[in-house]
Amino acid sequence: MIRRAIASREMILLGAIVLLLGVIYTRFPGFVAPNNLIRVFNDTSPLILLAIGQMIVILTRCIDLSVAANLALTGMVVAMLNAAMPDLPIIAIVILAMGLGALLGMVNGVLVWKLQIPPIVVTLGTMTIFRGLIFVLSEGRWVNSHQMSAAFKAFPRSTVLGLPMLSWFAILAVILFTVIMSRTTLGRAVYAVGGNPHAATYTGLDVGRTQFWAFTISGALAGLTGYLWVSRYAVAYVDIAGGFELDVVAACVIGGISIAGGVGTVAGALLGALFLGVIKNALPVVNVSPFWQMAISGAAIIIAVAFNARANRTRGRIILKRAEHAT
Amino acid sequence: MKRRNFTKFATGLGLAASLMGSAAFAQDDTVRIALVVKALGIGFFEAAAEGAQEAAAELGNVEIIYTGPTDTTAEGQIEVINSLIAQRVDAIAVSANDTDALVPALRRAMDRGITVISWDSGVAPEGRQLHLNPSSNPLIGNMIIKLAADQLPDGGQVALLSATTTSTNQNIWIEEMMKVMDQYPDIEVVSTVYGDDLADKSYREATGLMQTYPDLSAIIAPTSVGIVAAARAVEDAGKVGQVNVTGLGLPSEMAGAIESGASQSFAIWNPIDLGYSAAYLSYMLATDQAEAGPGAEIPMGRMGTLTLDDNSEGAMADPFVYDASNIEEFKDIF
Repeated sequence: MIRRAIASREMILLGAIVLLLGVIYTRFPGFVAPNNLIRVFNDTSPLILLAIGQMIVILTRCIDLSVAANLALTGMVVAMLNAAMPDLPIIAIVILAMGLGALLGMVNGVLVWKLQIPPIVVTLGTMTIFRGLIFVLSEGRWVNSHQMSAAFKAFPRSTVLGLPMLSWFAILAVILFTVIMSRTTLGRAVYAVGGNPHAATYTGLDVGRTQFWAFTISGALAGLTGYLWVSRYAVAYVDIAGGFELDVVAACVIGGISIAGGVGTVAGALLGALFLGVIKNALPVVNVSPFWQMAISGAAIIIAVAFNARANRTRGRIILKRAEHAT
Repeated sequence: MKRRNFTKFATGLGLAASLMGSAAFAQDDTVRIALVVKALGIGFFEAAAEGAQEAAAELGNVEIIYTGPTDTTAEGQIEVINSLIAQRVDAIAVSANDTDALVPALRRAMDRGITVISWDSGVAPEGRQLHLNPSSNPLIGNMIIKLAADQLPDGGQVALLSATTTSTNQNIWIEEMMKVMDQYPDIEVVSTVYGDDLADKSYREATGLMQTYPDLSAIIAPTSVGIVAAARAVEDAGKVGQVNVTGLGLPSEMAGAIESGASQSFAIWNPIDLGYSAAYLSYMLATDQAEAGPGAEIPMGRMGTLTLDDNSEGAMADPFVYDASNIEEFKDIF
């Protein structure tokens, strides 16, 4: 029953995206051309990667506001590394970016797990620390296109089977985490910890440790995205992806991931990110005044959340049928 | 007046005492000019400091103190200014993070006989003796459309990619550009979009422009984040040679775009010249060789003469054009 309800919520979101594309089609037909849809998906890939990480964190009743800063710091580190050592193979850079990102995520995780500081406070703090560290490392300087090696910049845009690598990373992450969340102990533990921490403790799950791993995964994905982002835009500076953490949280909320924890799927995060991505890419071409664009993005988020709130209201499980009828 | 003389005497004694034994008596007639920037570590200001050093070398008995806060806040600059007042520098040349917030601190400096000028980003008239603009808004407005038009002898469609809808500088430059559009009858400005100075949004807006206007010939971005992102978008859309990205940007950031051909040329003031002029002007005022005021003409070495308007503001020069011929030389500077 519950599973069907969740599935149907994702169907509603998918319907909303299709409807949105239909509306855009009436104003700018070129937008729904297959090539352009691939471009939109590619443009949304960083958001998808971060939304999946954020989803796992939110499922455990935490929140990670440091993802964008983590992305920027990792991006800056690999960009500086590439500028200093242009011969370092790309695979090493990708692994390094994920490793560093995971390490930064672990810092969040340890603070939440061992010191029991509320996650919103921890990640607000680390967000500022990470941005500060970029400043310290780079001394405020940009790493520019001409300082990066050709291979470093070419990797995310090299096409395999018609899709850029950037898109493949998002697709792989979706598949990998769908399996992890539904088929592994860690995935099930994440749901259990978020759904009912007390019950999870009684079943022998360490709530803090599960949260720690959630932050680590979110960090690793943010680190990976950091490299992809920096090489895609061919520039690294202190403020890259400024305010992007809000987009990531918004994508999760739109995707039906409950801020109260325990409810949400990878498919939801994917669709939530795509919904935002379509809006962001469509607004420049549908000829809407820039003064209205922000209001429209905001309204879309609130409408989506209102939908979810309605869906959540019927979530209570009826244990005693007779008592239910009595009231 | 008497009282101030006494304080000066007292600090003079104090200074002499503190310098005793360090054999630095000769420094007494050294003019100490503090170059206060928006934040340390920004390439543009580092280059300006280089220019100031050049002026110092030319003038001889000048010491440049290059300083500023670590982030672009007015509070940070006020602290820096207060400490400079305590150090009794001869002149403060500031690029302000806030037009009004610095005024009280700078007035205090002027009350103590310190020469105060603002450059690059100005301070309200009551807080400084003169303001040095790197260029003037009409010169910039004219330059950005000229850069685009020079590559389009047969005319064509151009679009503007600005920062945010509320960015004062960009809005004024675009307004000034529109005023001279009748000189370019074959150029049509089809749209103005806003990238909010975010790389990803600017990239999307530039991509949107190329989709909406398939015949677009140039994107003018008078903002450093926007111009880089637009160049990237043009490269990714495979429209190099068809769409020329131009506007205002820094040579180090635009070197890649010039190399790929996405941008033929762009402009920015030369920060070296700017720092040089700021230091030169500070020296002229601090040594009483010139006086600031509406209509005054103050020499600034190799940059010619600065003419002040009614607000005691002056423009240094036309923005400097960078293209394939000089990018190699400047990309490592700023």
